[in-house]
Amino acid sequence: MRRISLWALSTMTTLVLLIGYHTSTSATLSAGPGADQAVISASGRPAATGATVASGGRTTRTVTGVASDTRYGPVQVQLTLEVATLTDVAVVQYPAGNHENEQINGYALPILVEETIAAQSAQTDMVSGATYTSADYAESLQSALDQAGL
Amino acid sequence: MSVVAAASLPARYVAHTMGMPISLALRGRHTDDADARGAWAETMAALRDADRVFSTYRHDSFVSRLGRGEVGLGECPPEVGDVLALGEQGRRQSGGAFDVRRGGALDPSGVVKGWAVDRAALALRRLRDTDFCLSAGGDMICHTSSGSGAPWWVGIEHPSRPDRLVARVPVWNGAVATSGRAHRGDHVVDARSGSAPTGVASVTVVGDDLTWVDIEATAAFAQGPEALHWLESRAGRTGVVVMEDGRVATFGQRRGSDPRRLVGTGAAG
Repeated sequence: MRRISLWALSTMTTLVLLIGYHTSTSATLSAGPGADQAVISASGRPAATGATVASGGRTTRTVTGVASDTRYGPVQVQLTLEVATLTDVAVVQYPAGNHENEQINGYALPILVEETIAAQSAQTDMVSGATYTSADYAESLQSALDQAGL
Repeated sequence: MSVVAAASLPARYVAHTMGMPISLALRGRHTDDADARGAWAETMAALRDADRVFSTYRHDSFVSRLGRGEVGLGECPPEVGDVLALGEQGRRQSGGAFDVRRGGALDPSGVVKGWAVDRAALALRRLRDTDFCLSAGGDMICHTSSGSGAPWWVGIEHPSRPDRLVARVPVWNGAVATSGRAHRGDHVVDARSGSAPTGVASVTVVGDDLTWVDIEATAAFAQGPEALHWLESRAGRTGVVVMEDGRVATFGQRRGSDPRRLVGTGAAG
């Protein structure tokens, strides 16, 4: 198991992100001896800061982190901040290409959310829940996804 | 069976067996052609075969006859022995909380689903340059052909509010299983006491293969308040535990650091 941690620090709050890569190999990523973390300071030196959007009295800001070169390829993280609250995290660049990546890209740590499926459906392919029976499938989120073809 | 496909969106297939819906999403080279449909048919055939051998709802299945003592293990197909051996591993590793034998009854259902879906998915793995996500009643295998493109995003359902998610997890190659009380009521019990676990509302485990994450989600849920502690002792997994009081914790093994990362009350609302 190998993980790359991306730490985003802002002036208002501290956000901790983790993108995990499953691997049996090891990599030297950054920072110091024994460290397995790549550090990006979103407030300090973002590669690009997207438009600040105010709507309905709420202000959101998009911050795209510096693309960080790892042994497996570049990783880049984009944050969407709503006032001081993190509302979305999107990894806009993943390592791509070679066979070695087949070993590292397994799965990551789950990301907690506080949104309904309606807000999430465009980014949710399947729903995991306590076993659905065929009888209650018709009313399930998974059924909605299947029918919507999302 | 039905097929729903749209440009740039996954093609979706749904069918039912083992009393649960089987949902397939395909994207890439083979989504709606003869190869894709053939692989889907093979997948469903493999699941139906497993149901005929293992179903405790079928009076004439090998497992039902084995449970009644009408046949010996040696007379059953070899996969029955494989599944019972997995169940025994699960029992030992969970300190007896997980057990395919309870009160004299043989019920390997807690092992069969993950095992059968892992096996059935082999037909889908043969589709070249094709990503698939195969879900059986809320437990799934995710596969991406390159391992480097877009992941499958799996939403983890809120245990008591089925219109909400508590978390999402990107999976390129792996499996996700959730055990809890939603949908089926109190169907998981702690085999040591015979009682339904308390304190924990749902357990989701993400790992390499569905056989084991399915066993582990059930075994952890059966342990009630000890679920998170037990899961943290196991390497190479991530996941989410939702407690009855609304606390949510993610877990994942990281060398040399506290595996528990976030504990809060917000997401379970």
